[in-house]
Amino acid sequence: MTTTTLTRADLTEAVFQAVGLSRNESAQMVEDILEELCAALARGETVKLSSFGTFAVRQKSQRMGRNPKTGDEVPIAPRRVLVFRPSHVLKAVINGQTPDPELGEGD
Amino acid sequence: MIKSELVARLTARYPHLYHRDVERIVSTVLDQITKALAEGHRVELRGFGAFSVKVRPARMGRNPRTGEPVSVDEKRAPFFRTGKELRERLNINGSGS
Repeated sequence: MTTTTLTRADLTEAVFQAVGLSRNESAQMVEDILEELCAALARGETVKLSSFGTFAVRQKSQRMGRNPKTGDEVPIAPRRVLVFRPSHVLKAVINGQTPDPELGEGD
Repeated sequence: MIKSELVARLTARYPHLYHRDVERIVSTVLDQITKALAEGHRVELRGFGAFSVKVRPARMGRNPRTGEPVSVDEKRAPFFRTGKELRERLNINGSGS
């Protein structure tokens, strides 16, 4: 199986094909979608995209880590991390199944 | 933020577009990502993050109620890794909120 990577350019092309926007506007739109997602997450909001998944910001408290090279103990500062929980629909599609309607759209 | 709020925010940025066109664009983007992952591809969006598919090998599991061994088939799971820029943006105020 050859693994190709989908990038902004591919998304731009798909948007361009889907609606009557110019290529430039399509590229800008893809950029703006990502920017709105990033901005909401930076505000600490949870982003729920039904039938795709949920992006949530999680607060991590300080803990002790170790420098793997020297073995020194170093504190890892408290920080916010992003977690993605795929929806049932996305998981099903990736496994080549039809999404189970019983589970609804998922979150 | 949910999908409809995302669409509303974008519609405000593009006053010349109809709400339903923006809805279609957002769905197109998500569908493209889903499709690529279903085909086993990676999706890399610099500044945001990268989606990939992890293969969980088949294994012997156990029915936790009866203790009976059951075989669990190979599974594919979508995986998201936050991009560098977004990771930094989440922590812009140093220690987080």
